[in-house]
Amino acid sequence: MTRLVYFAWVRERIGKSEEDLDLPASVETVGDLLAHLRTLGEEYEAALEFPDAIRVAINQEHAERHERIAGAREIGLFPPMTGG
Amino acid sequence: MPSILRPIVSVQREDIDTRAIVHALTDGRTDVGALVTFTGLCRDEAGRLEALELEHYPGMAEAELTRIGEEAIGRFALLGLAIVHRYGRMEPSDQIVLVAATSSHRQAAFDGANFVMDYLKTSAPFWKKEHGRDGTEGGWVAARDADDTARLRWKQD
Repeated sequence: MTRLVYFAWVRERIGKSEEDLDLPASVETVGDLLAHLRTLGEEYEAALEFPDAIRVAINQEHAERHERIAGAREIGLFPPMTGG
Repeated sequence: MPSILRPIVSVQREDIDTRAIVHALTDGRTDVGALVTFTGLCRDEAGRLEALELEHYPGMAEAELTRIGEEAIGRFALLGLAIVHRYGRMEPSDQIVLVAATSSHRQAAFDGANFVMDYLKTSAPFWKKEHGRDGTEGGWVAARDADDTARLRWKQD
């Protein structure tokens, strides 16, 4: 099981702040994960409608699309950051 | 043995006590010649804004601010650095963020604080949601291209 955590409008559109998912073995990279999530329902489709606008963190560190998610304890999905 | 200098990092709901942070960075320090503090405030957007709601990624926010702080300390040879970022509801005139940097000479402290803010804006996991004075939820603040541009000027070849 992999823990997924969502923030800001990604959280609002998916309708939950976190969940544990069993990811299929074919989901190897961050990019694969985004494509897989979009198949889980229309709320995911709405949240991930513009995949380029989604930032991903693996174990609380920023991750690029090609990075592998094997062994990830926690994967965060969120929009571009607007702190400061 | 020189110890490895770590930034003071705090992600908190409470207001920011700048005076306490400045004391922590300067008390008893006879080597510090420059102190720069930057405070980011909630503005009212020409009267339109009632409040900002700041969301953060607990754990990652602290980790990312620490990473940015460590990079700034190394790059500008800072003598001290503190980064404090709030979350929760903030109203116009409230403090949102404080960066305080100390160094021997002023340029490093100015540059260090500036660098931290530019990186914080684009890589620390915080998000702002606006609440309008007319009772509307104004939605999530969009990331600005200008912030990405500001960050790029620190790129080293």
